[in-house]
Amino acid sequence: MDVKDGKTVKGVNFVNFRDAGDPVMLGAAYSRAGADELTYLDITASHEGRKTFTELVRKVAANINIPFTVGGGINELQDVERLLGAGADKVSINSAALRNPMLISEIASNFGSQVCVVAIDARQEGSDWRCYLNGGRVPSDKYLFDWAREAQDRGAGEILFTSMSHDGVKEGYANEALAQLSDELNIPVIASGGAGKMEHFKDVFLKGKADAALAASVFHFGEINIEELKLYLQHEGINVRL
Amino acid sequence: MYVAIIKYNAGNIYSVDYALKRLGINPVITADKEQIQKADKVIFPGVGEAYTTMEYLKEHQMVELIRNLEQPVLGICLGMQLMCRHSEEGDADCLGIFDVDVKKFISDKHEDKIPHMGWNTISDLKGGLFTRGLENKFVYFVHGFYVPTNTYTAATTDYILPFSASLHKDNFYATQFHPEKSGSVGEEILRNFINM
Repeated sequence: MDVKDGKTVKGVNFVNFRDAGDPVMLGAAYSRAGADELTYLDITASHEGRKTFTELVRKVAANINIPFTVGGGINELQDVERLLGAGADKVSINSAALRNPMLISEIASNFGSQVCVVAIDARQEGSDWRCYLNGGRVPSDKYLFDWAREAQDRGAGEILFTSMSHDGVKEGYANEALAQLSDELNIPVIASGGAGKMEHFKDVFLKGKADAALAASVFHFGEINIEELKLYLQHEGINVRL
Repeated sequence: MYVAIIKYNAGNIYSVDYALKRLGINPVITADKEQIQKADKVIFPGVGEAYTTMEYLKEHQMVELIRNLEQPVLGICLGMQLMCRHSEEGDADCLGIFDVDVKKFISDKHEDKIPHMGWNTISDLKGGLFTRGLENKFVYFVHGFYVPTNTYTAATTDYILPFSASLHKDNFYATQFHPEKSGSVGEEILRNFINM
């Protein structure tokens, strides 16, 4: 869920939820539907917005009984401390980690690897994938496989890989790159970007060897129902929580 | 109902506080000896490292206090591991309530990632915390060290090997998983503890 000024935004067209704009109500609805974890991304830039987001994190922690990760605007250790203090289970860092890889080690040594998710946005370039900063707007000089390994070695607990080449296209996840990541790393890999139908989730687990799959719009728009998806995956032999 | 959550240098104290509030209980988070002793129920949570946490408990005279509690006590995650005899994490001597040692997970398969993080099932459930219907339900784990199955094992989970997902001895109960993050299943387990 993308959050701006305390409200859920972008790709929100929930015919089924009256409180779609309320991140807490929406998260609770997803939790009841069977989501295993939630992710809230703060897309506000202002200082005021940061405060609102911290308040929101506190409300989510008070109302929702499954783990949740928060990200967006985390630049230093104090940001992590503030969000964990508000009740988040994990933080996800992206641009800040590319700019200052030491931040990963600092989070891991202060709070443990299990709270540190390193998110990577990358676009395919030939046989490799270039990593991007600032929500995919600015190319970096780092490449996916090297950067993911470096993040792991610095203490990341999980890698959240979003394929910019697949995101929004709805033709499936980047299974080849995911499988390679999964083979090269010994921390969990979460797949993001490309889900359009239920088969894509089956493929990301069986072909992409992902440890978890993240999706937003297919759930937001009610195109895929989480409960049905999990029953389908179980039927396909994938171990899911029902 | 007066529930005390033991306050110390641990990570998930507030999640436990929130979870109890959702059950309509207003717990007291405290390091005060008298407050803890007079509580109807005591919760000993924890996310952190065993050795430094034990040093903290010793420094604050909490070792004997916890050992001698007579009301129902629930240790969670690191709290459960600290209630054991010894932990390989930092080679720490622990509280010794459960006469068993905490071991480090060693993985020999690439798919078995450490720490064990995420949802997994509990089975072979025994009394107290676990009502019927919880067998094979999913709960949420985050841990790199484990308690082998032993005479106190009250629930078993299989990850790399079968280990103790829960322990029970007299008035002491413990879970390796986080009931406060385990959805409605976790809520039921916390309610069972509160209703003891």
